[in-house]
Amino acid sequence: MPKKSFRQAINEALRQEMERDPTVIVMGEDVAGGMGAPGEDDAWGGPLGVTKGLMPLFGRERVLDTPISESAFVGAAVGAATTGLRPVAELMFVDFMGVCFDQIFNQAAKFRYMFGGKATTPLVIRTMYGAGFRAASQHSQCLYNLFTHIPGLKVAVPSNAYEAKGLLTQAIRDDDPVIFFEHKAMYDDEAEVPDEPYAIAFGEANVTREGEDVTIIALGRMVNFANAAADRLAAEGISCTVVDPRTTSPLDRDTILETVEETGRAVVVDEAHPRCSMATDIAALIGQEIFDSLEAPVRMVTAPHAPVPFSPALEDMYIPGVDRIVEAVRQVHGHGRR
Amino acid sequence: MSGEIQPIVMPKWGLAMQEGMLAEWLVEEGATIDKGQEIAEIETSKIANVFESPAAGVLRRRVAEEGQTLPVGALLAVLAPATVEEEAIDRFVAAFQERFAEALAAGAAQAAPEPRTVEAGGRRIRYLEVGEGAGPPVVFIHGFGGDLSSWTLNQEALSETRRTIALDLPGHGGSDKSVATGSLAELAEAVADFLEAMEIPRAHLVGHSLGGAVALELALERPGKAAGLTLVAPAGFGEEIASAYLEGFLQEKRVKKLRPVLEMLVHDPATISREMVEEVLRYKRLDGVVEALSRIRESCFAEGRQRIELRSRLGELAVPVQILWGREDRILPVRQAEGLPEDVPVTVFEACGHLAHMEKAAECNTRIAAMLERA
Repeated sequence: MPKKSFRQAINEALRQEMERDPTVIVMGEDVAGGMGAPGEDDAWGGPLGVTKGLMPLFGRERVLDTPISESAFVGAAVGAATTGLRPVAELMFVDFMGVCFDQIFNQAAKFRYMFGGKATTPLVIRTMYGAGFRAASQHSQCLYNLFTHIPGLKVAVPSNAYEAKGLLTQAIRDDDPVIFFEHKAMYDDEAEVPDEPYAIAFGEANVTREGEDVTIIALGRMVNFANAAADRLAAEGISCTVVDPRTTSPLDRDTILETVEETGRAVVVDEAHPRCSMATDIAALIGQEIFDSLEAPVRMVTAPHAPVPFSPALEDMYIPGVDRIVEAVRQVHGHGRR
Repeated sequence: MSGEIQPIVMPKWGLAMQEGMLAEWLVEEGATIDKGQEIAEIETSKIANVFESPAAGVLRRRVAEEGQTLPVGALLAVLAPATVEEEAIDRFVAAFQERFAEALAAGAAQAAPEPRTVEAGGRRIRYLEVGEGAGPPVVFIHGFGGDLSSWTLNQEALSETRRTIALDLPGHGGSDKSVATGSLAELAEAVADFLEAMEIPRAHLVGHSLGGAVALELALERPGKAAGLTLVAPAGFGEEIASAYLEGFLQEKRVKKLRPVLEMLVHDPATISREMVEEVLRYKRLDGVVEALSRIRESCFAEGRQRIELRSRLGELAVPVQILWGREDRILPVRQAEGLPEDVPVTVFEACGHLAHMEKAAECNTRIAAMLERA
């Protein structure tokens, strides 16, 4: 099977869905580049080149460069979705969502509920998140937790290129608004990705490692770190299950609870801050539902409750890494054992 | 003295295998092992299996660690008499690793042949072609939900003397996913179109399960196309079929739930590797697959019974046919091979499930090769 980068996988999902369904459109800041100006067309393809090549195939009518106004183009995308189009808007950095949050959580997320199920909002907002890019506090945050909190939104956090193509395809075909999180440090990461279109269902976790001692639940880029930690721990005789929920909303509670019941020990890894996060959410779920199965307290591995530092040395310390996951698993594994 | 030191390397099981994961050592360092003794468990993307030692001697060094994934040909262990000094083994390992790294870097580790596609009867059909030789080529036809990689343990062995081609049926693998009715006639027609597109006038057909029925249907409807038939646990020989398997294969969407379904296919459940289960899940996610498989099931196996009947037509065949079956087949029971005409030889493998061509690959290959001699 061909190997493709995370960037190529997303581009391919967009292209194939645009070919399949003429109502799918792409819009955002410089998603093609050069609209209304002399010079090279499609010079840009989004800040990291993810949408490059779409405009020559589908034209300016379906690949729209927008003004630098998130509140305007995200609002336009929400409106377009209610008229029957399937817009895929690109919110360059999720850090900028502050200026368009009303359009998302008070409008898009509410239509289906407030109109008695008669309205659909088949909107996708693709957005970059995550630290490690030396881009400082305002371009490095990990904010899927904020969207997960809002009923009416679906939230996908793919962990590799294969997952990215399948989950984005599902996001575009879904009739509800989906916020799609792409980790900016993963665009060049490659995986085997089929050429044909495929969709990965929401709310179905992926178990990437099967073990007996400790369950690690991780999201997005952290899934790769958790897999690496599990492989390292296997060499010292600790076998781990790794669960990638794929979507934080809906959340596959069953797989999380079943796998933790099997091991009796859990570590939750979340690149976000430690308060009111997926880490706390999943830890609480485990504590509430299967307390009697636990052999040890649930441990969370997260970023600190602090903005992402600009200092490269500090930023490296800030991001939850393989070493910290390994250490947390060792602690949980050793708890209550003589 | 290094002549007494023998390397044990990662084996190559089938065409597609590029690397394997050493799941577990079954022998300790210092143990005296026999040729053919089970010394490790190895998992590949296709299959998990025990590795039998290719040589006898004292296992002086386990080089590969459990859980390690290594390319084919990589050093797993070292055999040497007890008299050989540790330093000599160290030097042997170091020299081997250096040579192997150079060979890998030079691309000497041969790349697996890549599947190709051809337009046939208005459809894109994917196939894998290996080998050459006089006589009609061997064409492999997989079963329900399978693909050309089902034959990975057979194609290489037979390709030493013949042109061999494994194809993906419509709705399967890398072929077009659209099927009209999913009937046996449609599938056989697709294979006939494929043979035409490939300019193959006559072929030895080897079919498994549904693919066995497709091969037989083709041979019956297009006399002259088949030079000989090897049918592995073919459909069409009785009403009974494990409907729980078909249902589970189509419905289950998680590794944990799908694994027990796929385990029904084999005698030893450990044969089903995690990657094999994941590959099936990935295949089922492709657009159109579940629809295509559902249609085929409706046409061929509606309401949990086989709706195709070919047993009564065996007498019409003008070419030799042989039947291979696993005693413990839980999908199509082996008794469906009973009571066949006398000129249809049946071989039943003990301790073998529905995937005889994988579970008893060497024996099946011998039988297929014998058929090639006959016709």
